[in-house]
Amino acid sequence: MCANILRAFTFHKELSSLLAIIDFFKTFFSSSDLFLQGLWLTVQLTAASLIIAFFIGLLFALFKISNIKILDGIADVYIWVVRGTPLIVQIFVLFYGLYEIVELNAFWAGTAGLAFHNGAYIAEIIRGSIQSIDKGQHEAGRSLGMKRGLMMRRIVLPQAFRRAIPSLGNQFIIGLKDSSLVSFIGMQELFGVSNTQGSNNYDFLTYYLIVAIYYLVIVLILTLIVRKVERKLAESD
Amino acid sequence: MSEKQDMIRIEKLNKFFGDLHVLKDIDITVKESDVVVLVGASGSGKSTLLRCLNFLELKNSGTITIEGEQIEPQTHDLNKVRERVGMVFQHFNLFPHKSVLENVIEAPIHVKGINKAQAVKEGKELLDKVGLGDKYDVYPSKLSGGQKQRVAIARSLAMKPDIMLFDEPTSALDPELVGEVLATMKQLAEEGMTMVVVTHEMGFAREVGDWLVYMHEGRIVERGNPGEVFENPKEKRTQEFLKSIL
Ligand SMILES: Nc1ncnc2c1ncn2[C@@H]1O[C@H](COP(=O)(O)OP(=O)(O)OP(=O)(O)O)[C@@H](O)[C@H]1O
Ligand SMILES: [Mg+2]
Repeated sequence: MCANILRAFTFHKELSSLLAIIDFFKTFFSSSDLFLQGLWLTVQLTAASLIIAFFIGLLFALFKISNIKILDGIADVYIWVVRGTPLIVQIFVLFYGLYEIVELNAFWAGTAGLAFHNGAYIAEIIRGSIQSIDKGQHEAGRSLGMKRGLMMRRIVLPQAFRRAIPSLGNQFIIGLKDSSLVSFIGMQELFGVSNTQGSNNYDFLTYYLIVAIYYLVIVLILTLIVRKVERKLAESD
Repeated sequence: MSEKQDMIRIEKLNKFFGDLHVLKDIDITVKESDVVVLVGASGSGKSTLLRCLNFLELKNSGTITIEGEQIEPQTHDLNKVRERVGMVFQHFNLFPHKSVLENVIEAPIHVKGINKAQAVKEGKELLDKVGLGDKYDVYPSKLSGGQKQRVAIARSLAMKPDIMLFDEPTSALDPELVGEVLATMKQLAEEGMTMVVVTHEMGFAREVGDWLVYMHEGRIVERGNPGEVFENPKEKRTQEFLKSIL
């Protein structure tokens, strides 16, 4: 008797959770247009900010290894500021601060914030991988009459980049996820869409779960790409 | 007999690392086509001397004259000098991201400015010469130590140096691979290359070397014809050293 009730109850529970799941996917698919728009914006923000961040990172990595005190100092201050303040603060400062000067729209303010932030971490990654290159490589280059710039360009940096790829890939994934913070300056990227939909439909949980799925999938894709590049480069090493 | 040119002349060379006096009043003259074998215990300054000759280390005092031209770091473009003085390292130092042929043509193209077709042609000839004619497109990681060192020799030769420096070129090799590298070096010596070689391969020193120079604690304590130095070393330290490595 007791067992039957329990069985009926759990059956009911299973049924209702099945219905909830069906409901969830209904919402998932009916909202996909909006989320795909958000996804596209996320991809643009991430791509633009990480490309810029890469060059910022490369520049400051070269500053760090330049043996020129001022440049080294500038790089130190930059990295210190980025590490010492929350990304959301950096984004707000750039958004409101740059607005005073150049009337940056939210997209470019967000991109600038993300690039500024990721650039510091990428600088450290590149510096580390440059310094990990065996000093025998420098000596071989010098003994062949290579100048420092040529050696950097042709010998050291190509090897350093290969070595940096796993860490860079990791930083790119972090950068992608952190791009969600630009929703706070009004951008309707992935996370912004989930916020808006959650509040419009009085159902935050569903929309946050949906957005989590989108992030999981793109991070998975990015991970696979990084792994593929790594394997490709390992072949020639 | 025509007088052979002085390829390297070192006079009163001194080198310090901080307080450590590593090279003490070194005097050496190396004539054209000479093969000088440099021996001595670990830490006696052999590598430092070679590195000074290639200006990877800068001397503290004394003079280094290469092919009649006294080289001073302040007034000379050292990269230009290095084009004339090739160096082969114990650990090969090949460029791992470049194929064997790319390793060899890198400097001729990007340092000397030779056009690529010409560099490739010469590079292939050099690789054929060191017995690696079937490895042009292979990456260094796929080569044995002996093959790597022969690529490194070809890479140096591609700059058409007048002088070659070898710093323990066979010390990192498995014993069965030493012979092929020594054979390449011997061939080079027979072609008239001026060479300074740091090695513990006494067979090579005796057979190929014109001079043996023994260093002890930063000084040259004995020098002479390798055969004679082996037969009756004048200095007790040389005797002991030779006994320890033979
Ligand atoms: N860059 C450096 N900084 C400080 N000391 C150095 C440096 N390079 C070499 N030395 C020191 O100089 C001395 C001579 O070193 P060197 O490498 O020339 O000896 P070596 O004769 O080549 O020895 P080995 O047979 O071990 O190669 C050693 O005491 C070494 O520790
Ligand atoms: Mg040495």
